[in-house]
Amino acid sequence: MNSGMSLIVRTVTRLVYGLALVFGFYVIMHGHLTPGGGFQGGAVVASAFALLLVAFGAAGIKGRLNHHLLQTLEEIGALAFLALGFVGIGTAFFYNLLANSGSLFGGPVPLGPNAGVFNAGGTLPLMNWAVGLKVMTGIAAIVIAMLIGARKEETE
Amino acid sequence: MIVQSILHVIVLVLIVIGGALAVWFKDLISSVLALASASLLVALEFYMLQAPDVAIAEAGIGAALTTAIYVIAVRRTRRKEEE
Repeated sequence: MNSGMSLIVRTVTRLVYGLALVFGFYVIMHGHLTPGGGFQGGAVVASAFALLLVAFGAAGIKGRLNHHLLQTLEEIGALAFLALGFVGIGTAFFYNLLANSGSLFGGPVPLGPNAGVFNAGGTLPLMNWAVGLKVMTGIAAIVIAMLIGARKEETE
Repeated sequence: MIVQSILHVIVLVLIVIGGALAVWFKDLISSVLALASASLLVALEFYMLQAPDVAIAEAGIGAALTTAIYVIAVRRTRRKEEE
């Protein structure tokens, strides 16, 4: 009872977990081209984490997902977003310095309707990654805190 | 166009039924699953109203994460609602 659910839930979790992770990272990576972005993709990845935590319990993932590590990563995400906002402070806050610069994510975008250029958008894809990191680790930390608090109450 | 309207009505009626079932069930796990299915149908309705961005957020947060948190809370307390 203290860790994990039935065999059916665990087997389905093993099948679905990887797919949910891949789809979440796809939504984050294509955030500047397709619907979704950092928050939505981070929520999908965090739902994969939550599925793992509910199916196997806090004891099943012991040592692999650390609460303090997740909090540190969340703060790194928030600080990376702010730092990317301050990159273009010479012109304005959140000025898109990398767009059309020819470097990372600075490719030229053709005029008119097109399917979308992946290597474009300037700082927006990097901001999507920062927000995605913050959201996925933050929600995973919430679920882990919920599990650990419930276990402590049970043992007392 | 008439097919789309019929689909909208069906999905909206199913959302109301899911919400009513979530209140009506005495087994709390069943209640949580009814709420999750209502949330998933809300995501489908957002998609049909051409807001796929909101639909992904609703499916991720409403259908998956709140269900996980409710299931953890129900497993640590009582499963049946008191009469």
